Amino acid sequence: MNQKAVKWLITLSILLITLTGVCIIALTMGTMNISIDKLFWILLNQIDSTDYTILMQIRLPRILVGIAVGGALSLAGVILQAVFRNPLVEPYTLGISGGAALGVSISIVFSLNQSYALSLPFFGMIGAGCVILAIYSLNAFGVVQNVQRLLLIGVMISFISNSLFMLIISLSKSEQMHSIMFWTMGSLEEPNRILVYCLLIVSLLGCLITSMFSVDLNVLSLGEADAFHLGLHVERVRNLLLILASILTGFCVSISGIIGFVGLVVPHFVRLFFGSDHRTVVMASYITGAIFIILCDLLARTLISPLELPVGIVTGLVGGLIFIYALVKK
Amino acid sequence: MNNTEQNQIVLSVNQLSCRQSSQFQLRDISFDIPKGCCVGIIGPNGSGKTTLLKAITGFIPAKSGQILYCNHSIELYNKQALSKEIAIVLQSTELDQSMHVEDYILLGRNPYRKRWQFWESEQDIQIAETAMKITQIEPLRYRQLNALSGGEKQLVRIARAMAQEPNLFLLDEPTNHLDISHQLQILTLLNRLKHKKHMSIMIVLHDLNLASEFCDQLILMQNGKIFKMGGAKDVLTYQNIETVYHTLVIEGENPISKKPYVFLVSEDNLKKSKIQ
Repeated sequence: MNQKAVKWLITLSILLITLTGVCIIALTMGTMNISIDKLFWILLNQIDSTDYTILMQIRLPRILVGIAVGGALSLAGVILQAVFRNPLVEPYTLGISGGAALGVSISIVFSLNQSYALSLPFFGMIGAGCVILAIYSLNAFGVVQNVQRLLLIGVMISFISNSLFMLIISLSKSEQMHSIMFWTMGSLEEPNRILVYCLLIVSLLGCLITSMFSVDLNVLSLGEADAFHLGLHVERVRNLLLILASILTGFCVSISGIIGFVGLVVPHFVRLFFGSDHRTVVMASYITGAIFIILCDLLARTLISPLELPVGIVTGLVGGLIFIYALVKK
Repeated sequence: MNNTEQNQIVLSVNQLSCRQSSQFQLRDISFDIPKGCCVGIIGPNGSGKTTLLKAITGFIPAKSGQILYCNHSIELYNKQALSKEIAIVLQSTELDQSMHVEDYILLGRNPYRKRWQFWESEQDIQIAETAMKITQIEPLRYRQLNALSGGEKQLVRIARAMAQEPNLFLLDEPTNHLDISHQLQILTLLNRLKHKKHMSIMIVLHDLNLASEFCDQLILMQNGKIFKMGGAKDVLTYQNIETVYHTLVIEGENPISKKPYVFLVSEDNLKKSKIQ
């Protein structure tokens, strides 16, 4: 067997074992702590108990959303970084999350989400897709000449979407305003089980598809001209991956609100530890992203327990600091 | 190599015109490259040398005219098939990445990858190994690209293109920013490839003397057109160089290879010598 394949298998196995460990810890910790040996006993023997309900109805769905959102946002980061050949872009810094948030808030204000559960993610994806299209067109017309300009354009797009977002909030009714504001801060709580499962399926499918394109991502990261000369259908692969990134971001933002910097921090550290081969980076980022979000959510739930912090604040703080560190180091 | 093989035309460009930007275009370019021949493209900055290379690979689409590779239009080849035949080493490729040299060279095997193939085959690894051996960069295989010197990066780029196992090798100023020993190393390597693998080579060079020394034929370009084409003796005349480069030169001969050699003359020195 190829040496690289063995290394790949070992890396992913270690990460998967860590993820399982983190999930078990996240299941046991919270406002009410449950010891690990008791955890399995409750899961196997006490199906009617309150503890079982807490574990299965509250904590497990949160963990599942955490895996899906952390993984998907990290994947979106990996894709955008390879396509734009820039380690500092991610859905949040490019304003894609802002676009998705705008789409979702429009659907909340016009009560479009009440008739059909999946309309929220749909509008999120449309919003994210519009921003990616805008950045991509600016890139194609030569407006984005370097990394700094790309990031600046992202910040501007974020500002524009934020202003429109505020406009929508100011025009909305007070109950809608409350639900939009709470949703914006980011939370892994999602009462609608169908949405949880849909998100998980989309996110896992996203991981599978991106993995299938991981060698193409390696080629693409050499630049458009080199990728073309190595026989890659640059336009086709790039468009497909950008659509995938907007689907993933849109879906995540519509369910968990804006959770920033995951897509930046996770791939950055995965590359640092496991190298830049996308065959490893894609899968490892997905799992590490899941671990990162579950840990951040654990912090958010337990830091000022019984009160709960929005998870977006924790990832924002941790991620923001790491982002500054990465910028300074670059 | 027998005579028929030697005379076989690998690349034939007929009345090619193409446009890269609104200001710049290639006009009416025609030439043939026989198998195992090294053609040097020379000319001032902005004369269309790089555009010509990119047009041959189809990266810049032709507006009119024809590019035939082994008697078939390059438009008929699918991208993957064409990149098995033609490899290019671009001048502007940034290699500021944390990728390892070995992984980078293995990417040269991409044209041979089956659609959903995840890992390289044993054969791919063998070929990358040979490419590293020929370019003498085996000791660098586990180094990161961003930790390489200019000369090493250039050798690594050439090794990656060699892993494509091309029959036509295009190089855009491979000796740029390199010291004379690295320049010589790269051009000697290309010369060896030409002889051993009967590879056809098109190479953009700024150094006229290197071009004269290593290329079988030269194409002198000016303003997107071919100004003169032929052997070094026909192309590197002082009249041609003065017309195209607007620079004074003196023609000479390399005493060892007997190839033409040009000496630059600055106008100040010329005036001084006239006064004396």
